[in-house]
Amino acid sequence: MSANNDSIQKTLFVAILLCLVCSVIVAGAAVGLRDQQNLNKANDKRIAVLQAADLYEAGKPVAEQFKSKITTRIVNIEAGRFATDAELQEIKDAGLSVDNFDQKKSSKMPELSAALKPENDPASIKRKEKFAAIYIVKNGDAIEKVILPVHGYGLWSTLYGFIALQGDMDTVVGLGFYSHAETPGLGGEVDNPKWKSLWVGKELYDDQGDVAIKVVKGGAEAGNPYQVDGLSGATLTSRGVNNLVRFWVGDRGFGNLLTKLKEQGA
Amino acid sequence: MSTIKSVLTEPLFSKNPIALQILGICSALAVTTSLQVTLVMCIALTSVTAFSNFGVSLIRNHIPNNIRIIVQMIIIASLVIVVDQILKAYAYDISKKLSVFVGLIITNCIVMGRAEAFAMKNPPVLSFFDGIGNGLGYSIVLITVATIRELFGAGKLFGFEILPLVTDGGWYQSNGLLLLPPSAFFIIGGFIWVLRTWKKDQIEKAEYKILPNTEHSGGH
Repeated sequence: MSANNDSIQKTLFVAILLCLVCSVIVAGAAVGLRDQQNLNKANDKRIAVLQAADLYEAGKPVAEQFKSKITTRIVNIEAGRFATDAELQEIKDAGLSVDNFDQKKSSKMPELSAALKPENDPASIKRKEKFAAIYIVKNGDAIEKVILPVHGYGLWSTLYGFIALQGDMDTVVGLGFYSHAETPGLGGEVDNPKWKSLWVGKELYDDQGDVAIKVVKGGAEAGNPYQVDGLSGATLTSRGVNNLVRFWVGDRGFGNLLTKLKEQGA
Repeated sequence: MSTIKSVLTEPLFSKNPIALQILGICSALAVTTSLQVTLVMCIALTSVTAFSNFGVSLIRNHIPNNIRIIVQMIIIASLVIVVDQILKAYAYDISKKLSVFVGLIITNCIVMGRAEAFAMKNPPVLSFFDGIGNGLGYSIVLITVATIRELFGAGKLFGFEILPLVTDGGWYQSNGLLLLPPSAFFIIGGFIWVLRTWKKDQIEKAEYKILPNTEHSGGH
């Protein structure tokens, strides 16, 4: 039998048949479990929003917490205002959900994003979306906190996360990333609660209203509200975080929106 | 001839894949900082070993000899992807913590070793149980390591506080070394030592003998 097994025909036959069977199994698992996985990812993102805003309560159903505390609004990033009905229709026409807006997907759609020139792209995101979903925590009519999605390139990967601000649109409540592939133990320490806590209470803008927040290498000055210590052993990841935060709170990011929210409220 | 009982129980202590064959050490270092993660990893590895053994054994009489390793790899790799997908769907947090290590089950020597050494020569059901037995042998070591590491490194078991830490106002000064990968080496070493004291036949013969020092000209 073994001589027969080693013939070229038999070898090819076994190889091809096995590959077919295995690919069906793998594809079946991937397709069959996709909905559940997407649900997990959506919940993971919601947890990241709640955690950035320092509102997360472990153990309670995430969807409920999210619904009771957070208002989601779609904004036009460039114009710095909430999206108009016409613009919401534009998103729907492009095939995306408004309630569960997928900013990452929209960045790949020419009608919902635009290429950034390299000199305008410190965060190395290549394309900037036209719209983004931001999250607002209200206290009566006033805005208590606002949570903005940020992303940008670190060392190996694009980091996706949220930065939460106080109602003054200046003081940081929290920063956290829900998706990245930086080196565990070095750049991966962006997830370290100790490091994240360094951001709390920092201020984004100086008195002139320019972006002043910075991740600095070699130790932030004590008491300086604009400086955050970089991660040791992770210069490029720290630089990436610095660039992406400065980009997204700057004029090309949510800067205009924040100015408007501060003046007018929600 | 091996029986189901013997293939299930022998790998636990007498032929433990980690302690005797020193296979699969890599993941034993990486995923043993907390019991919960370890447990999921053990279940994942045990099921992959069992089913890949079963699959390989099922077609063992038709596997062309010159591509047999690749055939085994395809079966193992497919099963690992399926396990990874299931974890992502039903144990998302843990799958995030395990990250690449689930994928790395593909390269775990135990899985491949059992497919090549056992499943290629034995019938499917027996091979299946051999996979479970070896998976359990791996699990025993990992769970021992993880219990020690989590209890004395973080003062917890399954995330519940057992020894209140000094940093949280308790009395236990945690041993930070236990949370780092090298500590798993020490614990596995200790495990093997204890095991070989108990089962003396596992002690390997020395491959060479150190000669007595013949230089007497020196001082002391």
